[in-house]
Amino acid sequence: MEEHFPMKKIIDDQGNLIDSSYENDIDEELVRKLYYHMSRIRLFDRKAISLQRQGRIGTYPPFEGQEASQVGSALALDSDDWLFPTYRDHGAMLTFGSDMTRTFLYWNGRAEGCVPPEGKNIFPAAVPIATQIPHAVGAAWAEKRKGTKNVAIAYFGDGATSEGDFHEGLNFASVFKTPTILFNQNNGYAISVPIEKQMNSKTIAQKGLAYDIPSIRIDGNDVFSVYFETKKAVERARSGEGPTLIEAVTWRTGAHTTADDPTKYRPEGQGENVVNPIERLENYMKNNDFWDEEWIAKTEAELTQEVESALEAMEKYPPAKPEDLFDHVFTNTPPQLVEQKESYLELIGRE
Amino acid sequence: MNVKMEKQAEQQETTQQITMVQAVNDAMKTMLEHDDTTILLGEDIGKNGGVFRATEGLQELFGEDRVVDTPLSEAGIVGTSVGLAVNGFKPIAEMQFMGFVYPAYDQIMTHVSRLRMKTMGKYSVPMVIRTPYGAGIRAPEVHSDSAETIFTHMPGIKVVCPATPYDAKGLLIAAIEDPDPVLFMEPMRSYRAQREEVPTGKYTVEIGKGEKIQEGTDVTIIAWGAMVPVAKQAAKQAEQQGMSCEVLDLKTLYPLDRDLIAESVQKTGRAVIVHEAHGTGGLGNDILSVINDTSFLYLRSPIERVTGFDVPVPFFALEEHYLPTPKRILQSIEKAVHF
Repeated sequence: MEEHFPMKKIIDDQGNLIDSSYENDIDEELVRKLYYHMSRIRLFDRKAISLQRQGRIGTYPPFEGQEASQVGSALALDSDDWLFPTYRDHGAMLTFGSDMTRTFLYWNGRAEGCVPPEGKNIFPAAVPIATQIPHAVGAAWAEKRKGTKNVAIAYFGDGATSEGDFHEGLNFASVFKTPTILFNQNNGYAISVPIEKQMNSKTIAQKGLAYDIPSIRIDGNDVFSVYFETKKAVERARSGEGPTLIEAVTWRTGAHTTADDPTKYRPEGQGENVVNPIERLENYMKNNDFWDEEWIAKTEAELTQEVESALEAMEKYPPAKPEDLFDHVFTNTPPQLVEQKESYLELIGRE
Repeated sequence: MNVKMEKQAEQQETTQQITMVQAVNDAMKTMLEHDDTTILLGEDIGKNGGVFRATEGLQELFGEDRVVDTPLSEAGIVGTSVGLAVNGFKPIAEMQFMGFVYPAYDQIMTHVSRLRMKTMGKYSVPMVIRTPYGAGIRAPEVHSDSAETIFTHMPGIKVVCPATPYDAKGLLIAAIEDPDPVLFMEPMRSYRAQREEVPTGKYTVEIGKGEKIQEGTDVTIIAWGAMVPVAKQAAKQAEQQGMSCEVLDLKTLYPLDRDLIAESVQKTGRAVIVHEAHGTGGLGNDILSVINDTSFLYLRSPIERVTGFDVPVPFFALEEHYLPTPKRILQSIEKAVHF
């Protein structure tokens, strides 16, 4: 089956162009944009890990290694589209326009972190596995019924394809031809379970076959492949041709979350030969006169400043209010919940 | 006494100071050794030893066929366990967190709970579903649910919830040996909170029996799992104010130890029920009904309930406000005693 889903690549590890289909579309503006966003989310990610180690935020799921998949796919969307992330896709969320301070707040146990900026269609991170896939199909279905051209993208990992919700979501997308991009990041492991123990299928892309959903397998560490192939899927969806399943093959460099130790379940040296996506883009930039030391340094300084400011804003955020436990459960809080709230606030002396 | 018997006796007398999560591990290890048909299924339970290390080292000892890392599919884990259970095995299925059990709810509600009844006893489902539950360890969202009520409401399933290392091992072995399905809830905030002397050999704690863990005369405090230590703290504070509290640890949530509850409430005439699950439709209401049925004329004040609020278990910045605290329990004790 693998031979039916060959892995598409535009540049190789050394940054050489090996597929010239999009050569004319790759200009300085695009390259800088991709580099900027990938560097931005990596800085955020590394900062978040160090904050967790210092006890300043809670358990955190790192995405280092998956920057190309998240940035390339999110930049292929238009601003009115919908994005349905998992808990590891805050890189895609940030790229699509969610707020960095709020992203820090989320990982610090605050519901404020789930609130998207005004006018942005970003769902909160789905912690249960695969449950966001039918949501994305439903939102896309709504757009289709409303007669818009907007699409929805659902992110999910390799493990998610073992859950019923994945299959149910794909089937609905197929039956109702919804404008959905089913974006899989196959990062090799579902916590400790390697892909070959997760499924006997050699690819995830082939799972779309059963549902008659066009499916492709791409190098998820090659940001050009991710960007252009997602764009193609988005255009298909916008023009009424229905869903696409994309398997972006990537590699999670670190742990599943800051609570596990990958050396326990990964053979020594595994993944060492994977060239990280930012380095690959850098190689391409150097090979093609897109490399500008001054711009790189300026960008890095600017991004460091942004991450530090967001962190400062998170730490200065007013403490969580006990009222928030009760006030957002229903549109109109039922009397018995009002009673629970009032008696609790009275007990803790905060009426 | 022959050598083998001596060895056995020795084993029974040996104890070790262990935590609750180690006791859970020890129970499974004991049963994997004791019974070839015991098989563990779950996500990340093999090489990783489970996210809480409850299965640590077991795959190494018993192999990948008996300690099975499954695909990521709760309904798949429970559904295949049903087939394994009716066909000669004793599956112990792990749900990584209680908040992750919902995809398997369909399987549990529509098959695990009623297969025996609908086949008139021809097939039974001798399986255990183990799951860490509860708030208070700053876990991410959905990881902290306490969903016992939906399972005590489900006919045909026993629900067990230990509060100490000793009970965790004895109850888990009893659950594995039970011919019917058992949902086994492990309070994750108690996993490493205390060490206790636990026998190294095989022993059981009876399912369906609770325990009076503190004698008292003014009021009965009824709790289970992670709320037991909180109830004990409140009882201590109440004692300092001159109110004598009897504390019950129920241990099994279905079937309830009605005799224990009745006996204690008839003595004290007052009751405070504590649980961290939401109040509405919570198990506290059934306990209240047990008291109503058995001890109505002994009551000297209305029965108090201290529960989690009727809101989704919040993200961790607010979880301390969600959970019953000694302060909230003390308020209810005062209300009951000074009615």
